[in-house]
Amino acid sequence: MKLLLTELKTSILATLVLVIVVCGIYPLAVWAGAQLAFPDQANGSLIVDADGTVRGSRLLAQSFTAEKYFHPRPSAAGSGYDGASSSGSNLGPTSRKLADTVAAEVAAYRRRNGVPETVPVPADAVTRSASGLDPHISIANALLQLPRVARARNLADQDLRGLIELHTDRRSLTVLGEPGVNVLMLNRALDALESAP
Amino acid sequence: MNHSNAWLQFGLFVLSLVLVTKPLGLHLMQVLDVRGRTFLDPVVKPFERITYRLCGIDPEQEQSWIGYTLSLLMFSLVGLLFTYFVLRFQHLLPLNPQHLPGVEPDLALNTAISFTTNTNWQSYGGEGTLSAFSQMVGLALHNFTSAAAGIGVAAALVRGLARHTASTIGSFWTDLIRCTYYLFVPVCGVFALVLVSQGMIQNFKPYDTAKVIDSTPIQVPKVDEKGQAVLAADGRTPVLEKKTVETQTIVQGPMASQVAIKMFGTNGGGYTNANAAHPFENPTPLSNFLQMLSIFAIPSALTYYLGRMVKNARHGWAVWTTMFVLFVGGTLVAWKFEAAGNPIHQQAGVSATDGNLEGKEVRFGVFNSALFATITTDASCGAVNAMHDSFTPIGGLVPLFNLQTGEVIFGGVGAGLYGMLIFVVLAVFIAGLMVGRTPEYLGKKIEAIDVKLVMLVLMALAAATLGLTAWAAVSPWGQAGLNNVGPHGFSEMLYAYSSAVGNNGSAFAGLTANPADGDVRYNLTLGGGMLIGRFFMIVPILALAGNLASKKRLPASAGTFRTEGLTFVVLLLGTVILVGALTHLPALAVGPVVEHFLVKAGSLF
Repeated sequence: MKLLLTELKTSILATLVLVIVVCGIYPLAVWAGAQLAFPDQANGSLIVDADGTVRGSRLLAQSFTAEKYFHPRPSAAGSGYDGASSSGSNLGPTSRKLADTVAAEVAAYRRRNGVPETVPVPADAVTRSASGLDPHISIANALLQLPRVARARNLADQDLRGLIELHTDRRSLTVLGEPGVNVLMLNRALDALESAP
Repeated sequence: MNHSNAWLQFGLFVLSLVLVTKPLGLHLMQVLDVRGRTFLDPVVKPFERITYRLCGIDPEQEQSWIGYTLSLLMFSLVGLLFTYFVLRFQHLLPLNPQHLPGVEPDLALNTAISFTTNTNWQSYGGEGTLSAFSQMVGLALHNFTSAAAGIGVAAALVRGLARHTASTIGSFWTDLIRCTYYLFVPVCGVFALVLVSQGMIQNFKPYDTAKVIDSTPIQVPKVDEKGQAVLAADGRTPVLEKKTVETQTIVQGPMASQVAIKMFGTNGGGYTNANAAHPFENPTPLSNFLQMLSIFAIPSALTYYLGRMVKNARHGWAVWTTMFVLFVGGTLVAWKFEAAGNPIHQQAGVSATDGNLEGKEVRFGVFNSALFATITTDASCGAVNAMHDSFTPIGGLVPLFNLQTGEVIFGGVGAGLYGMLIFVVLAVFIAGLMVGRTPEYLGKKIEAIDVKLVMLVLMALAAATLGLTAWAAVSPWGQAGLNNVGPHGFSEMLYAYSSAVGNNGSAFAGLTANPADGDVRYNLTLGGGMLIGRFFMIVPILALAGNLASKKRLPASAGTFRTEGLTFVVLLLGTVILVGALTHLPALAVGPVVEHFLVKAGSLF
């Protein structure tokens, strides 16, 4: 019994000391270092207008449905692109609901972008990402959306190609991961083009 | 799909893993020896001394296996209660700018158990449920201590093997403190900053609200003042109402400090619901690569530690090789099936060359998602960068099978090594039976009591996994939590209990363990599974460690079974696969295997 009490006392003291070190000193030190060295990233890579309005984060997808914008991947986060409840669909390979949704997305994608039946639709365009906030689409997906956006904005295909190129995040260290087009940044660039004199 | 690039990434990962194993293993030898010296001594030693003084710990005082077990259990209990109350009262505690309410008792208990046992199963939703304080204090404490305790148990078992006619197996307190101070805090401090450079957040701000660029109309279920969904006249279909989305919430908080230890300590509990798939929690392919490497770093280094401590480096590498073969096999299978994609969707017009991208992120692609899924379940990490629930049947079978081997393929920090050593003892025993000699392992006679302890662990884990799955499968509450029906629904339950008992924490995440109607049975059964999986393993293993330490060492003779080289690796591989497969194959056949054929036939549920 006395042994148990000693153990209890040591356990409580050790818990308290460790809380101070790993839940106090450690995160605060990381916080200080992060805010000093990488303030932009540490605060959410925010996109802020000249008047100080936060318009989003470079890393988080937003919903775009207008013709003149590139569209992100479908999202299962909350009611769509909800930054407070990131989530995938979690539907399995034999789910009827998933198969129906994918088929409907394929049809809608073909209709919106005038993609003929003979051309397969890029998988990323009709599947929901793991987070529901995936900021990227594949390059193939962007190129299929290009004619629609060019028409809606009266821009030359060539100019749009250049912008897509510019807003494509390459593989890290040229080998890791897959390249993707950042939809939000691309659309911001398009709007900036329009408002420029 | 660029296959040559994927092979290149795989090669790079393997190379990095090999390169960190020895240096980290050497560091571990110093950390796990109370008189060990590291380059961190000038800075850290004073903190270590003060800690011992404040807690009344005598660092020179070693413990018997009973003392070690008692300290570990008491410390776990105190930590569990601490987190339970932090979660329950988070609305009264600081750093809660979202004014999130206190966590419900069953969810708080499930989460407290989940983190105490190094499982980090997420019944909670992350950004929508827990305050920054709950994350940083309630959860992160266990990210460090449960990992340190795991390493401690592995070290105790290795000491049991390395010593002879000894009565002690080290001190829990010095293992705990030294692992935290000399290993986790320094490495994670640097790692966290690298993650921030890639785009991970680390701040104490309230969530931001962004004014979105293209406000979009959506249809959402209408709710009344009480927050209940309004139903149409038929009493089932929810009434929809039109809304325009004008804003987006942007999660903020001290994420990087927590994610660093979440990966390095193979914890896996996400700051956000989507875990390492969330763009903040895993911003770039580079952060993804480093996170994968950090899962395997310590478990891999511990095999080196084993080899050096028992003065048989080749034995350590033999164990490493066994783990490595299983890891490569799992990765290749998962990758092949994810790259092939889902034929049902491809018939609907989806490109067949893209693979299965449902529940995956573009920046990682199919290969990195399959690799991450294999690594996180080989180890007892449980972080995910893609949704396993939406994997193809065989792609999802790989993580499930990995869980069911007991996560010994590198495994959790500490847990992987002591889990694998269970199989080593079993393999040596089987070899002994085959040649008709008393089995010996590293000069220690393996006797009836040792084999009984090993079998107790293996049977307790399998019985808990399969028993709880069976219970859920035949109960209304079990079926109510499912997101998928048919064989995939069964897989969701099987995965949940395999993950809980294996202390992994990843999920076929469609399963709702925390239903809106407040049914507590998933939270409680999963919590029970996690406790069994952690302590029904640790206590027999410490007993085994104590028993091994007390034995005499016999000199090797011509008849001694050699625990290095190819024969041993093959025997160990066979033991892991056979025990894992024979125990769980029937259940796997009813879940993913049958689903694989149903996908081919185009059946939907």
